This record gives sequence, C-alpha cells and structure tokens, in this order.
Amino acid sequence: MSGSFAVFVRELKLAWSGGGGAALPVGFFAAAASMTPFAVGSDTVALQTAGPGVIWIALALSSLLPMERLFQADLEDGTLDAYASSGIAMEGVALAKTLAHWIATGIPLALVSPILWIMLQGAPEQGGIVAVAALVGSLAFFFFGSIGAALAAGMRRGGLLIALVTLPLYVPTMIFGAATLDAAASGADWVGPLMLTGSAALFGIATSPFGAAMALRTALD
Amino acid sequence: MAVMSFFANPHRFMAASKWPAWGFTLLGAALIAFGVWKGLIAPEDHQQDERARMMFVHVPAMWLSLFAYAFMVGASFISFVWRHAIADVAAKSAAPIGAVFTAIGLMTGSIWGYTTWGTWWEWGDARLVSVLVLFFIYLGYIAVWQAMETPQKAARAASILCLIGAVNIPIIHFSVEWFAVLHQQSTFMTTDDRATAEFKIPMYISALGYLALFGGLTLMNMRAEILRTRAEMLMQRRQAAD
Repeated sequence: MSGSFAVFVRELKLAWSGGGGAALPVGFFAAAASMTPFAVGSDTVALQTAGPGVIWIALALSSLLPMERLFQADLEDGTLDAYASSGIAMEGVALAKTLAHWIATGIPLALVSPILWIMLQGAPEQGGIVAVAALVGSLAFFFFGSIGAALAAGMRRGGLLIALVTLPLYVPTMIFGAATLDAAASGADWVGPLMLTGSAALFGIATSPFGAAMALRTALD
Repeated sequence: MAVMSFFANPHRFMAASKWPAWGFTLLGAALIAFGVWKGLIAPEDHQQDERARMMFVHVPAMWLSLFAYAFMVGASFISFVWRHAIADVAAKSAAPIGAVFTAIGLMTGSIWGYTTWGTWWEWGDARLVSVLVLFFIYLGYIAVWQAMETPQKAARAASILCLIGAVNIPIIHFSVEWFAVLHQQSTFMTTDDRATAEFKIPMYISALGYLALFGGLTLMNMRAEILRTRAEMLMQRRQAAD
C-alpha cells in the first residue's frame, strides 16, 4: 500500500511540475464547448437545449485526452518495470496513477464546467450542480478510460484505439450525467441521476484497476 | 478438458477441421436458402403481414451476433487462463463474422423498424442501443488484434477487452432502459406471441443455418489463420537460411 501511495505522490508532483501538460485537456474542453454556438446557432433556447449534452460529450472527450500517455510514458522509460520488480501490485499502480491524473486534470475540468454551462445560457444558480456532476462524471470517465489506456500502452499509435475501446464503456456515465444536468435545467429531481452517476464512478474505481493491471502485465511481458 | 488439450495442437486441429469447415458452411448455406425461400417466396399462409418475413433474416442474425460474442468470451477465457493457442485463433476468427451478423441484424432491424414504427432508429429502445454498442465492441476487438505488434500480446489484450465487453453489455442495456423511462418515450417493442408455427419453424431452420454457417466460416477463418502463421514461420526460416 505504501508503494502505491509513493506512486500516487510521484504522479501528482509530476503532473504539477510538468509544464502545464495537465491543463491542456481543460483548454480542449473549453474550446470544444465554445464551438457549440457556431454549430447550433446563438439562439438562447437552442443553446439551453443542447447545453447539457454538449458539456458531457466535451467532458468525455477531454477525459480521453490524457489517456494515451497515462501508462505509455512509464512503460517506455521502464518505470513500470521498476514498479513491477519492486513488488508493487500493478492494481495499486493503476489506481494511484489514474487517481493522480484525475486530481491533476479531472478536478480542473469540473471547475471549468460551470463557466461553460453559463456560456451555453444555463442558469448560473445551477453552476454548483454542474460542477459536482462533472466532478463525479470525470472520475468515472478517467477510471473507465484507464482500461483502454492500459490496453493501448504497448502500441505506438494507440490514441484512436483508446477512443474506440473506451467510448462504449462511457455510455452509462454519459446517460446518467447528462440526465443530471437535464433534470437540473428543467427543475426536476437531479439527485437521483447524480447518485447513479456516482454509482458508475464507484463501479469504475472498484473494477477498472483490475482490468488495467491485467493489460499492463501483458504489456510488460 | 480432454477435448481442449487435444486441440491445443494445431496439427491435430488442422487434420480434424478440414471436412467440418466445408460441411458446416454448405449445410448452413442450404438451411439459410430454405429459410429464405420459405420467408420470401413461399405463399403467405399466415395472418401476419408481409413485413414479418424480415424475421427470417433479422432474428437469426441477432441471435448469432450474441452467440458469436458468447463464443468469443468463452474462447477468450480459455485463452486467458490456460494460454491455449487454438482458443486465441478461435476468438480472433469469430470476431469479423460476429461483427457482420451484428451489422446485418442492425440494418434489417432498422428497415423493419421503419416499416413498422415509422422510424429508422429509436434511441429509447434498450435492445437497439445495446446491439449498436455491441457492434462497436466488435470493432474495438478487431482493432486491438490489428494494432498490437506481437500476436501473443494481441491475444492477451484482446481477451481482456472481450471479457470487459461481456460485463459492459448488460450494464448498458439496463442504463438505456432507465434512460428510456426518464424520457418517457413509449416503448414500441412488444413481445408478439401471435407468431404462428408456420412462422416459427422456418425461423428456427434459418437460425440453425446461421449457426452452421457461423461454425463453418469460423473454422475456415481459423484454418486460414493457422496457415498464415505457418507461412510466416517458413518465410522467416528461409530468410534466416539466406
């Protein structure tokens, strides 16, 4: 456990000292969501209708961006080999790395989401709900994405493969998360869908480190 | 177990599969031809309307899309646990065939949906959406095989993906059902118990044909895969000798 914690601390330090690499998905998120008015039109009602869905698609795609390098860099320079030979469980490595990347990238994504929500003509008082939903949803996206990241770690051009493998895993989170925002916007009960988003995140945290670890051990063979 | 270890040897598999590969394919083609004749050409001897004839093509394709995936899950499990060489080849060979059955099922179902419900696609229906996701999982699985550098690593990665997909499909099914309830769309699909015996029997015959065709084509694909591996080894040996 202490080994996994050391991995976690190392990843966090790397993410915050790595020259802004962790902030890039946030820029992508903002830019992608800002494209909506050009595609949908600047009509307020149209933007309000499209808003929840656009934010969730942009959040899912932004969560995919860090996945290509999540394990690949450590596999290439031998760090994963060092972890494996020092007896740290690969499950712990997968959990620690994914969690650290979520803290470095996922939390900023969630913090930006209320601003995008207001840009898309959402009501400002619902910004808090949007941030909480994006926090929980990005946690689910990162953990489900870690399976695809581990599978593609050994490939030179694994980026597109990660998207193809991971997006089917994103479907339940996508449904629940967008439903949370839809419900909040229309004044319906948003706690239920938010709880279901949370259950998707917990399921991802509980299961995906095992899948990712299996794939990483294959890549290390 | 005895059968499994017997076929772990590719030579024995090649010797034993030669005639079944052709036999199942021809049997499948014959049974499907009968089912299609019964469905498309035979006079209408039932109360249902003409659209229901699509069922002879559509329903077996959907069954086989799930059956092929279940077969791949079984083969992936055997490959993952026992590192069984033929199980790898079996899962890999079944994937494109299963993907084509899924595509046929999606297209025919979409046409049927248009004539019956007046819409090509209904997002609120859990069955449609989970089959679409199944199709994407097939594509991802095929892509993993193509993207990995060594066949051994590809086999491990693909079997992991296949097993994860097996967990994922029911979850997607239930979450889409919940999604449909949320959006209060009326469910178009109703279980139709009026399908009469003269309908069911050709459909089962057609389904048996699909099953035999799946078996035959998978065996052929597996044989081609083993021959390809052998050819590559021969080429490497020749290059090493030069």
